[in-house]
Amino acid sequence: MRVALFVTCLVDGLFPDVGKATVRLLERLGHEVVVPSAQTCCGQMHINTGYPGQALPVIRNHVEAFERADVIVAPSGSCAGSVRHQHADVARKHGDRKLAEAAESTAKRTYELSEFLVDVLQVTDVGAYFPHRVTYHPTCHSLRVLKVQDRPLKLLKAVEGIDLVELPSAETCCGFGGTFALKNSDTSTAMLGDKMSAVLSTKAGVLTAGDSSCLMHIGGGLSRLRSGVRPLHLAQILEHTR
Amino acid sequence: MSARDEVLARVRRAKGPRDPAPVPRDYRAAGTRGPGDLDLFAERLRDYRARVRVVPADQVAETIAAALRERGARRVVVAPGTPPEWTELSYPAGRIESRDPLGGDPREANTEVKAEAKAGANTEAKAEAGAGSEVARAPEGVDAVGLDTDGTVSVDRVGADTLDVAILERADAVVTACHVAVAETGTIVLDHDAADQGPRALTLVPDYHIVVVRADQVVAGVPDAVAALAGVRTQTWISGPSATSDIELERVEGVHGPRTLEVVIAR
Amino acid sequence: MTTFLGMPTGGGHLTGEPFPKAAKHALGNAQLRRNLAKATGTIRAKRANVVGELPDWAELRAAGAAIKDEVLANLDEYLVRFEEALTSRGTHVHWARDADEANRIITGLVKATGTREVIKVKSMATVEIGLNEALADVGVHAVETDLAELIVQLGNDKSSHILVPAIHRNRSEIREVFRREMPGVDPDLTDDPRALAEAARKHLRHKFMTVDVAISGANFGVAETGALVVVESEGNGRMCLTLPRTLISVVGIEKLVPSWRDLEVFLQLLPRSSTGERMNPYTSVWTGPTEGQTSHVVLVDNGRTATLADPDGRAALRCIRCSACLNSCPVYERTGGHAYGSTYPGPIGAVLSPQLTGVDKNPTLPFASSLCGVCYDVCPVAIDIPSMLVHLRERVTESKRATPESTAMRALAWAMSDARRWRRLIRLGKFGRVASRHVPLPGWSTARDLPQPPKETFRDWWESR
Ligand code: SF4
Repeated sequence: MRVALFVTCLVDGLFPDVGKATVRLLERLGHEVVVPSAQTCCGQMHINTGYPGQALPVIRNHVEAFERADVIVAPSGSCAGSVRHQHADVARKHGDRKLAEAAESTAKRTYELSEFLVDVLQVTDVGAYFPHRVTYHPTCHSLRVLKVQDRPLKLLKAVEGIDLVELPSAETCCGFGGTFALKNSDTSTAMLGDKMSAVLSTKAGVLTAGDSSCLMHIGGGLSRLRSGVRPLHLAQILEHTR
Repeated sequence: MSARDEVLARVRRAKGPRDPAPVPRDYRAAGTRGPGDLDLFAERLRDYRARVRVVPADQVAETIAAALRERGARRVVVAPGTPPEWTELSYPAGRIESRDPLGGDPREANTEVKAEAKAGANTEAKAEAGAGSEVARAPEGVDAVGLDTDGTVSVDRVGADTLDVAILERADAVVTACHVAVAETGTIVLDHDAADQGPRALTLVPDYHIVVVRADQVVAGVPDAVAALAGVRTQTWISGPSATSDIELERVEGVHGPRTLEVVIAR
Repeated sequence: MTTFLGMPTGGGHLTGEPFPKAAKHALGNAQLRRNLAKATGTIRAKRANVVGELPDWAELRAAGAAIKDEVLANLDEYLVRFEEALTSRGTHVHWARDADEANRIITGLVKATGTREVIKVKSMATVEIGLNEALADVGVHAVETDLAELIVQLGNDKSSHILVPAIHRNRSEIREVFRREMPGVDPDLTDDPRALAEAARKHLRHKFMTVDVAISGANFGVAETGALVVVESEGNGRMCLTLPRTLISVVGIEKLVPSWRDLEVFLQLLPRSSTGERMNPYTSVWTGPTEGQTSHVVLVDNGRTATLADPDGRAALRCIRCSACLNSCPVYERTGGHAYGSTYPGPIGAVLSPQLTGVDKNPTLPFASSLCGVCYDVCPVAIDIPSMLVHLRERVTESKRATPESTAMRALAWAMSDARRWRRLIRLGKFGRVASRHVPLPGWSTARDLPQPPKETFRDWWESR
């Protein structure tokens, strides 16, 4: 299958290893990966911070960049969620019916990585090997916007050598929330503190999730504590082989 | 413009599409689930720490008498429309003194008693004065006031429009029927216009409420009960004894309403 | 959006300090954090349990949302029908444009009875309009009879939750309040919740028997029949609704349901969502004055029509005040309700308060959320609070002139709408490698390290492959 990677702005600029891992994983599974060069960002930060009007050209750019893709895969529940559940609404609200229709079409072709693997490719064992103690944080947008349910866990459980431990209160938000982490940094930090305690209680050496943004937040806290827990995106674990 | 007209005008300017999507009623509607399951009903009641006695229909009187005895209830009020046989074993037959109502406007009589209570009259002291003095004031509908019998129980039959809080305050127990009950939620609903359920205060002020539920009154779910209650003007839905979760969200039974709910399910 | 005419002009408790500031203060209170974590944790588990029991929860939820939407779409007609049903049975109906007007009406009615004291059933609408203060101004003492409201009142405190206003207090704090403020209380009172409830029972019993005017809210009003419904637990509601000779019920205009049958939906949704019970201990239904009472209903707008006017915000008026969204919210659990500065805290407060007051008076509340979405999941009438927050954020940014933030956002959007511009910008990130080690990002760097920007972007790697 020919897969168009929507790498997301955060991965592109700050976490390229996540993008590389996604490419390698999909290629290992026998699929062709393309990276449409016109892509930039989904515009979610603008939409969620109260600037949906400014996000319009960003959305338009995204829709055009992926116009010809059959399937679009993003290593992010949050960005896939924005494409699927926000783009068309924002366009419609700003009176751009044509863009709304195009955005709906993009939405239908867009998958978050674990959804794509489990639902479209129908694999749970991707042949990965990762002999470490790992705990998984289901990010809010994967869980409640996309409703990926236990797909990531199915993938992780099939990884050879992994010691997967359950994260207490896993479904509680980590406190990132985009600009929330800046505008309400004290509350965000309080939420982060509880999430970190939960992570540390598992004695896992690796924390994984399907979103680099939440991992940047929790990982940034864990790093500040010099906790020694490594944040790794789901794709980075699934990419790993013997 | 009056406030009424202005608020309505604002609503008209503000409201949404005239024809919103029709209401989907794909839930378990009334009449789709058969009769209520008595075992489930009893279990749900016990979950809320109501006391439950499931008995054959012809043993209601014994059961009520036993419950009152165990409780040590000496003064009992009974909703006037309940079958007399329900409570006849609770006091020696023939010891109920039936008095002619004094006549006059019941509401007035009632007001008088209440005014006294409101004025801070010690209701206990009034109780001491003996049942007779209350009977003298009792409005139409109070067909009997029990006397202190031979150490067991006495029964006041209270009229439907009696709001005599003083009588109720010193009653140890109240006995009523109900209109409908819900198995799934352990709920009993009273119709306060029905003589066998009595006015609202009757089942509110005494600390111990015995309610008799006939098996055929138990329905499966809330929609069944709502259907059965269409047109009933004044209702109280009761699910277990009074309770609060206001302290650390932990449930504690027994605040202002009756602290003990005794449900007699007559099979 | 231009100011809508239904915006309230005075009175009430719907605004406070900016949320981040108030939250910072609350977050430092270790006792509060523990109390809230314990209480919300308990109730979340109970709710999940009893909601899971119903095989048709999703269908009930869809019906609940649709019934409320029907009411909102034809609210004027339902209000008129409701008023007719009430007056035909002898209930006096009053209308109030805002808090001040509602308070004027109610204090007038109370004064006319000559009483110096009223007993009150818990009612968020009366807290919203600041009724107790208005009554105090005319020399009438309002006695709160709900246990949590009583705790708040005796402690000279403020409500922090729409269902359990004293949720921020634990048992030993409550004992202290009772010992200090409750006349005649047993000095050896323990902190056992049973003992505390018993103390409240004794304290209020005399009031119930002697005070002759009661003020209630209503959970539902049935337009078709004029029935009012109060859902409660303790029996204080029944006491207030039954014993006094004058009953004044304060009802927000959005509280209506079209017909009696609709309660079959809400009497399932509400108890399971709020206290996590299959059914609350007591629900009172009365239709017109009962047993010789004089009955008044005061219909209150106070910003509700302004909320109704916003197509993307009006669904907030579906709210049945179950509090599930508060109990589930990770922000609320940590900051508590006072940080929101409004009678309505938590997720629903963050969307309702700014709409009731106008966003200019509550500009920080729409941002008081990480948009985690749990409020939407648990809401029994399916209010999409996260989307509504996002919408209100837009109303906030639009209400302001250019700010440094809006300028930065505009520049960023300009870069992001063209791949070449964008790539040039993120390549600059490489220079950020040096900067990020030295320059803290305000808000972020207090608790988190910044990621090190990579030597090459993903796209550079991809093209060099
Ligand atoms: S918004 Fe929904 S969940 Fe929150 S209180 Fe209202 S009805 Fe309950």
